[in-house]
Amino acid sequence: MEYRRIEIAVKPALDDPFAVHTEWEIRSTLGLPLERVRRVCVYTVYSDLSKLHIRQFAAEVLNDPVLTVFSALDPVALTLGTFAWAVEVSFRQGVTDNVGHTAAEMLRTMFRLPEGSVNVYSSTQYLIDGDLTREDVETVASEVLCNTLIQEIDLLDYGEFKRRGGFFPKRRHFLSSHMPRVARVDLHIADEELVSLSEKRVLALSLDELLYFRSYFDRDDVKKEREAFGIGADPTDVEIEVFAQTQSEHCKHKIFNAEITYRENKNTERISSLFRTYIVSATERISKKKDWLVSVFRDNAGVVRFTDRYNLAFKVETHNSPSALDPYGGAITGIVGCDRDPAGTGIGSRIIAHTDALCFGDPYHEGPLPPRMMHPKRIMEGVIKGIEDGGNKCGIPTVNGAIVFDPSFSGKPLVFCGSVGIMPETVCGMPSHDKRVSPGDIIVMVGGRIGKDGIHGATFSSEEIKESSPVQAVQIGDPITQKKMLDMLLEAQDRCLYRAITDNGAGGLSSSVGEMALLSGGASLEIDKAPLKYEGLDPWEILLSEAQERMTLAVPPDRLSKFLSLAESRDVLATPIGEFTDSGFFCATSNGEPVCRLDLDFLHSKIPMALEAEWEPPRIEMKKPSFPDGLGQALLALISDLNGCSREPVVRRFDHEVGGGSVVKPYVGKEEAGPADGGVISPLETDKEGFVLSCGINPFYSRLDTYHMAACVLDEALRNAVVCGADPDRIALLDNFCWPDPVYDKKKTPDGKYKLAQLVRACRGLYDTAMAYETPFISGKDSMKNDYKVKDHKVSVLPTILVSAVGIVPDVLWCVTPDFKIGGDVIYLLGCTGRHLGESLFYRKFGGGSRDVPVVDTERNMRVYRTYHGLLKRGLVASGHDLSEGGMATAAAESCIAGGMGAEIRLDGLEPGGSGPGGVTQDCGALDDDEALFSESTGRILVSVDPSREDEFGAFCRGIPYARIGTVKEDKRLTVFGRSGKRLFSLDVEELEDRYRAPLYGVLGMKRA
Amino acid sequence: MGKAKKKPGALVLTGYGINCDYESAAACTGAGFETIRMHLNDLLGDGKRLFQNRLVVLPGGFSFGDDLGSGVAFSAKIRYAEAALFDLVCGYVEKGGLLLGICNGFQILVRLGLLPATEKSYGTQEATLAPNREGYFVDRWVRLSVDKSSGCVFTGGIKTLDLPVRHGEGRFLPGSKQVLRRLERQTQICVRYCDPEGVPTEEFPYNPNASVAAAAGVCDPSGRVFGLMPHPEAATRFYHHPDWTKRRRLYEKERNVPPEYGDGHLIFANAFEYAK
Repeated sequence: MEYRRIEIAVKPALDDPFAVHTEWEIRSTLGLPLERVRRVCVYTVYSDLSKLHIRQFAAEVLNDPVLTVFSALDPVALTLGTFAWAVEVSFRQGVTDNVGHTAAEMLRTMFRLPEGSVNVYSSTQYLIDGDLTREDVETVASEVLCNTLIQEIDLLDYGEFKRRGGFFPKRRHFLSSHMPRVARVDLHIADEELVSLSEKRVLALSLDELLYFRSYFDRDDVKKEREAFGIGADPTDVEIEVFAQTQSEHCKHKIFNAEITYRENKNTERISSLFRTYIVSATERISKKKDWLVSVFRDNAGVVRFTDRYNLAFKVETHNSPSALDPYGGAITGIVGCDRDPAGTGIGSRIIAHTDALCFGDPYHEGPLPPRMMHPKRIMEGVIKGIEDGGNKCGIPTVNGAIVFDPSFSGKPLVFCGSVGIMPETVCGMPSHDKRVSPGDIIVMVGGRIGKDGIHGATFSSEEIKESSPVQAVQIGDPITQKKMLDMLLEAQDRCLYRAITDNGAGGLSSSVGEMALLSGGASLEIDKAPLKYEGLDPWEILLSEAQERMTLAVPPDRLSKFLSLAESRDVLATPIGEFTDSGFFCATSNGEPVCRLDLDFLHSKIPMALEAEWEPPRIEMKKPSFPDGLGQALLALISDLNGCSREPVVRRFDHEVGGGSVVKPYVGKEEAGPADGGVISPLETDKEGFVLSCGINPFYSRLDTYHMAACVLDEALRNAVVCGADPDRIALLDNFCWPDPVYDKKKTPDGKYKLAQLVRACRGLYDTAMAYETPFISGKDSMKNDYKVKDHKVSVLPTILVSAVGIVPDVLWCVTPDFKIGGDVIYLLGCTGRHLGESLFYRKFGGGSRDVPVVDTERNMRVYRTYHGLLKRGLVASGHDLSEGGMATAAAESCIAGGMGAEIRLDGLEPGGSGPGGVTQDCGALDDDEALFSESTGRILVSVDPSREDEFGAFCRGIPYARIGTVKEDKRLTVFGRSGKRLFSLDVEELEDRYRAPLYGVLGMKRA
Repeated sequence: MGKAKKKPGALVLTGYGINCDYESAAACTGAGFETIRMHLNDLLGDGKRLFQNRLVVLPGGFSFGDDLGSGVAFSAKIRYAEAALFDLVCGYVEKGGLLLGICNGFQILVRLGLLPATEKSYGTQEATLAPNREGYFVDRWVRLSVDKSSGCVFTGGIKTLDLPVRHGEGRFLPGSKQVLRRLERQTQICVRYCDPEGVPTEEFPYNPNASVAAAAGVCDPSGRVFGLMPHPEAATRFYHHPDWTKRRRLYEKERNVPPEYGDGHLIFANAFEYAK
């Protein structure tokens, strides 16, 4: 076997847009005197193939005769002219290299070679021109061209490059000299030693948990039983790792299930499990009234009824820590990993939609960054690229999302990834949401191979990442391996070739098999049967590996051969690795030797944790905002603020239409410039029904009170769904908590009790609001350690909840969008505007201080939502837009931008005795003009109405607060008159549009459309 | 009543990261075809299946993740797999079959030299679909003007089309001036990106990738092989259009009922008219 290089470059006469973008990145990030960057794609082939064969492969497959030149011998760079520096970026050994894998597969196809006979490793070479020192180039490499955690660089100046004839092929094959073994763990040691054992092995087990684990092996019955099976009295490393994984925060949600003592105003309350008390119990109570809940909190995703014949499965995950380390890999693994949840729910679903919400630090941040903290802009770029590739390459539309900017997210970004699947109600004569496993069913692992990827992913923290362990720390998702696998599994489902399915996520096989074993009553694994990426893995590592793109299935023995041959015909790896039993034990062998035998009940036992919470309302300095340039300029400032501006450049890079069911796109209107409130799709399986995906997120309100923050984001998610067209009585919710560490520790987390109290209050906010709206939670997740801590530098995220909604649209032709349509249409505001400006976009921007966080009036809001839905059914709404950050002024501006129209707004319409037909309809308290424009009161919708149908509209709105506040104009100006009748401002809609759309195009270096 | 005439068959290829196969199949069925989705490996094992169909569609997607460049690996698979599928595809087209490549499918047809085939022989790559000049993937709607003098079976009778583009590598570049000249002379550039007034343009964003000659799609000289970057299968319904709610309001104002179909449907309907 030999290493040979193939190099491909864009012809000198043609543009290379990627190189141009890299140039821009270097200039904008580092401001160095750069002249030009060119790019060469490098493939290092490791095989027995001759030079001639390699050349043929390069010429016929890799080279594009119109676009590129290639070389299979001398460096192609020397044919492109001179340069100052050459930098080559390659993956570190063992890191997933999708391009390399595909190249190897094509080489094998071309020359009919067997699996394993060829390896290809991809690299990218950058040829840099400009007056740069070696140090400069090293900075360019580590700050822009690569992530040193997963990639490494080689660097040559032009002279050296020429002298040496370019870079030499380098050994890239991952080889381990480690001999796999199973170790015994002696637990009869002092308590301190137990604790240090847990730390050393990254088990994240408390002393109580370790003692509980030890007591199991001290039981007489267990001793006898173990002897009979010849596994030995002391636990193996496999057993302690499996136990630790099963009991991890990630899998058992210990904080959410803890016994909490909550103190407020000297009152003390005990809460046994936040999850049960607030989240599950809300759903249980509501479910008595909703017959469309199919499967909640049981499976990998929540399932609701969609049409007569189809259900929807919905799950949202977070992938924050990995995205802080490698933004691209973290995000792509996040979204592709989340897909496996609905795909592994019940008998499995077909993934048809993505949603994502992202929280970043300030991309304009200037100045030094603490160690191991990436610049927020770089994190943002990487995360967006990851979401882009994860969705686009799997062919799943990203139909909804949100982006929030705040410096508190500069330590760890929040990356919420959501995924929706559709499943027929019955599959092979069985309800599709049920999961059954019979003793005797074969355990089959499908998808990728196992490596050291993500071992201890759940407990790994940024401080523990070392230069020597990149293979474990970061994973890179491979969308195509997953796409092939999920396609094949749908075919297998059609042919009834398996009984049950689940995904391999956190905890790998130990979790997936461990959980499915509960259904049959046991499992017996043969660890050595599992296919590996490379040799040298210990059995416990194989069990815990979080290598991506894998599912675990229960296949009845009589269907196994059909299943395996289908997999083979689709180039999908499928391997029987044991069988499900009813022994009551989770067992595993390695090369015939028993290495794990744990009682299932013991393994899954609950060991509650006790925590303290203490609430004290924060002190807020009351202050009026200062906006010396007037309200018009204030509006321009808000819609060009990072948190107010258009997300369109990001959305353009996400395919939001693949699947063919797009009804309401993320950006709508004449130039697709106006933001929709949610995404609506009508899947091919349906006739006229569709569903909305929407969300609510506003961590800023957490600075005042997380109770109201939670209530507001729930209301926003619900309202967004309703505005698009969802039936308010058929909306299901998901809750995703991202909290800073709320466990009190005198040194590490002195404010832990407050943060836990914030968590308690947020849960109450969700509970009260969900109960009042009768919107059940069907799934959710919590992530509890969103802090960055290196030395003395600590950054904690604002307590954040993302509420995601899936709402059923009975007929997609009822849907509306926010764009104003025709001059003369009448503008109404539904709902009440109050003085709710605390932590509003307006107050944050202009230095206002207030305690008045929006308070959700659920009874009134629900009346508005049901009425609004009735208006849609009757076709009485020409445009509808949710009011949220920035209040009515930004909503009106967005409706103008979306429609390419103007509007005249009269704030006196909000006054008691205003101009609404049918007399006084809105009396929600007198407000100043700035308050009326920018208040963020919940439950409000801005609509426009055909003037010839105003009477009908007014008659139907009886019973809700609403106000006639203006008209749509053809002249493209937004003009606002104050409550005194005085003209406050008149803005050119084109200027509004320009200011609204520009910021993120600038941040991302994309050309404005 | 006589026995219903058998519907013409459409075969939609799937596998290895093709991902618009469901909606492409639905579009074929919606136009009247009897449609099947078939995995590339199944077709490799039974290439004669092509001849049972009047339309073969290579849908959009990210075959092999675009890892080696768009369409590179998939076309290599067709060319080098043992089954000699490439020859069968050529035979199918020569016998009068219709072949449609959308987005990734278009890229594959160009890599295979099935398009534009300006010298009327298949197999030599004459053009390419290079990375968009702006350097990133883009999902947006574009307007296409149809060359009414073109002999393309799929675009006959159409004036303009509003369709979404969703690609990172869609910049049509002919390999030489001669190729471009032949393309023009043989009216093979049947759809071009145009501005809102309908004038073909190389300006961003109306031409989202800086395609030469504003080419959004080309056909072969026979008019039966057609490839385009925009996605007709994602624009088959009225409500697929990003501005449909405005159009609805305008129809209401004129007291008219909005149509059921979107522009993309016309491409498949033309294929059906030809095939039936």
